[in-house]
Amino acid sequence: MSALLELRDLHVFYGQSHVLQGVSFDVREGGVTALLGRNGVGKTTTCRAIMGLAEPRGGITLGGHDLTRLPTHRIVRLGIGYVPEDRDVFAGLTVAENLKLAERNGSARYELVYDLFPELRERGRQLAGTLSGGQQQMLTIGRALLNENRLLLVDEPTKGLAPLLVTEVAHALERIGKLATVLLVEQNLGVVRRVARDVVVLDAGKVVHRGPAQELLSDPARVRSLLGVSGGREVRPVA
Amino acid sequence: MSVSPRALLGALLPLALGVLLAVIPLLSLDVPWLFNGPLDSPGTLQLLAACLVLGGVAMSYDLLFGYTGLLSFGHALPFALGVYIAAIALTRWEWGMRASLALTLAVGLLVPLGLGAVGLRVGGIAFAMVTLAFAQAGAVLVQKNPDGLSGGDEGLGLSFERLPDFFVGVLNTKNLYWLALGYAAFVFVVVRWAVGSSPGHVWQAIRENEQRVEVLGLHPYRFKLMVFVLSSFLATCGGAVYLLVFGGATPAVISPNFTLTLLVMVVIGGTGTRFGALLGGVLYTYLDQRLPTLASSSEVQGLPGILRTPLSEPLFLLGTLFVLLVFFVPGGLTGLATRGPGRGLRRLEQSLRPGGTSGGVATQPEEAA
Amino acid sequence: MSTLVLLTITGLGLGAMYFLIASGLSLIYGLMGVLNFAHGAFLTVGAYATWWFQGKLDGIGSAALSFVLAAAIGLLVGGAVAALVEFALIRPLYQRHIEQVLVTVGLALAITALVQGIWGADARVYDLPAWTIDTTEVLGAAIPNDRFVEIATAVVVLIGLQLFLRRTRYGLIVRAGVENRAMVTALGIDVRRAFTLVFVIGGLAASLAGILSGIYFGSIDPERGTSLLIFAFIVVVIGGLGSIGGSAIAAVVVGLLQQYANYYASSGLGDLSVVLLLAVVLLLRPAGLSGRTATA
Repeated sequence: MSALLELRDLHVFYGQSHVLQGVSFDVREGGVTALLGRNGVGKTTTCRAIMGLAEPRGGITLGGHDLTRLPTHRIVRLGIGYVPEDRDVFAGLTVAENLKLAERNGSARYELVYDLFPELRERGRQLAGTLSGGQQQMLTIGRALLNENRLLLVDEPTKGLAPLLVTEVAHALERIGKLATVLLVEQNLGVVRRVARDVVVLDAGKVVHRGPAQELLSDPARVRSLLGVSGGREVRPVA
Repeated sequence: MSVSPRALLGALLPLALGVLLAVIPLLSLDVPWLFNGPLDSPGTLQLLAACLVLGGVAMSYDLLFGYTGLLSFGHALPFALGVYIAAIALTRWEWGMRASLALTLAVGLLVPLGLGAVGLRVGGIAFAMVTLAFAQAGAVLVQKNPDGLSGGDEGLGLSFERLPDFFVGVLNTKNLYWLALGYAAFVFVVVRWAVGSSPGHVWQAIRENEQRVEVLGLHPYRFKLMVFVLSSFLATCGGAVYLLVFGGATPAVISPNFTLTLLVMVVIGGTGTRFGALLGGVLYTYLDQRLPTLASSSEVQGLPGILRTPLSEPLFLLGTLFVLLVFFVPGGLTGLATRGPGRGLRRLEQSLRPGGTSGGVATQPEEAA
Repeated sequence: MSTLVLLTITGLGLGAMYFLIASGLSLIYGLMGVLNFAHGAFLTVGAYATWWFQGKLDGIGSAALSFVLAAAIGLLVGGAVAALVEFALIRPLYQRHIEQVLVTVGLALAITALVQGIWGADARVYDLPAWTIDTTEVLGAAIPNDRFVEIATAVVVLIGLQLFLRRTRYGLIVRAGVENRAMVTALGIDVRRAFTLVFVIGGLAASLAGILSGIYFGSIDPERGTSLLIFAFIVVVIGGLGSIGGSAIAAVVVGLLQQYANYYASSGLGDLSVVLLLAVVLLLRPAGLSGRTATA
């Protein structure tokens, strides 16, 4: 299978801080690739660099297009859906307006989004700022799904969510993984175990491991040394 | 302990500059184009004195804004306090020189202490607007002319009776020049010393990232108040010197335009640098004073209307010049020298960011997940 | 009682003008992060363009007709100048906020000086239809009719802006962008087009305020823009940056406060109390009346 997204020797600086120090990896088309690592290693920065929200130095190509020279809105129009860390819904707009904003060229997949997240249809006229954390997460994921995006960048979607909601998000990610390629930043290894096909591990701004997810996750010692955590609990399937 | 040649040069340069400036009134030298008369003529000396005073005030503003990152739109207020309080004491109340000065300095300490204590409770744009509002209140007060004290729109001329002789009379313009030079030197030394002291380091830390300063257990509020009072006090001193140099107080010194010109001065020169603010202040004042002469020259008056009209308005020229400068030389003049991008401007950037409520907080993206 | 009515309606008339200026300022700052000091210059341009064109249209129909036509053209000129400024000076400095602010400062100085150079510092007078100078009796007070014009205009603009923000796609983009510009681009939207639109809307509103100020004060002068701009800034901050509704409320409060204080306390105190109000609001609620989330 070909690589949809290719990162080559990516460096990102925040002021004096050399956050990404030559990151290179591929994201294969189809399925979920998980981006793992301890706090502060550069996972979110990688997503932001791909999106053009942080200044990248190096190579980033999406299906052959060079992303490093494009402004954010052009990058997105190549077919990327972004689910940022901390959700970032437009609190002063309604749920429906949040979705409407994401419409790109009239081919919005509302049915798909509402099928995955029925609550969004029900709460259409509710102000996004009054939604619960879990509902906001559904909204941001739904927003990214609205268009036929080739690549979804999903940054820590289960952060701060109750276990039941974590399961719901994992379930949604499973379904999404069948529709599009996903680069998932996740700390919750149970979710990763359930949805990810490949994993890429970062440490101190560099890639330290690449490979199939199952291979890494079935080696607790390796997991501990790379991520400093134990293997993580199983995520229970939705009843 | 050996001193590096660079450090030695660094210390000697301002000294040499000071000496050079000090001997100017003794030189009967003609500088065509730049000045109307020889260097020791009263006209030229008054122009240079004005440049030095305002250069000093610009340095005081740079302390607040360039080093600590506090964007104030009301720095005209402490300056105007210096001008008006001294003028009122000397002219209306007929106090002696010393008493007037003492009053001015006392006011120059107490007023910013009070206003700063209140205004510094907010940061960023809110703080900028509060300072604008306070300065505007001052302008209204001057306009209202309570008890005829401020002279309203017409301003207040300085009565010379209570001044010591060596400041009075055209022949003594050189003494006023030296006074202005002394003021600029004083501000320069104070700013350098303050910036290098430990509160000075905290100020610069506040400019970079106020939250981090708090986390370290320091109270940014106290330090901000400190620099606010110091910077205002220096401006007030400048106001008093300005009064002597120009012989009167006018509402122009409290106008919002004036604070904006201070901002322009430090940006032109380069914020947060040793000589930037001084350079910017001197250059701007020089242009501001000289351009009207250029505008009324026979060459310009002889031009066709469409060229003559804009060129006859000095503010038009200054404004346009400034816009061009911002486009092509954003780091200010010192930025040109170091060929760096506008470092100081990046910081101002952060204090202006929408949604920011803490002055000077560097909004660094979260450390990566 | 009749004095109170007169003061109230006059205050509302003044508030109407503040709102027109403040609404544009608020949107421009909220969406673009630009503190537009040149806003006062747009006001001046609109006011003077109207005056100049009315002079040219002399003899065409009644004073009312020539004035309305001239005002329409003056508005267009103001809008065009705003578009030009955004395109040539603001856009190239995208995301360099401080340079953008500085440019507007320089521009404000330059444009005001240019207008003064061409037409002099003395006040100019509009040729107004007679009924604007007449008065109408309301609750025992004789209200100059121009106040109604200002209030009606502001109400129309307020409604128009709300409709734009709530019912159109660009309005949606603006509302979202005021909250989080980066996220809007992350949805594939080029915010810069919204920038130009917002800047032009602001310019048109400011020009309108300039024209109205000519009616209200009976004349126009080069300094009018700067003096009204300060109050507009105060209104914007009190109302909450990026909020139209907030600006409207704050404008009314400021206009009324100014009138009441100037009359019931003493002349000049009105301006001081506005400043005091700003300080109080900022200390109690730094984000202004509308709070953090910017809503229309």
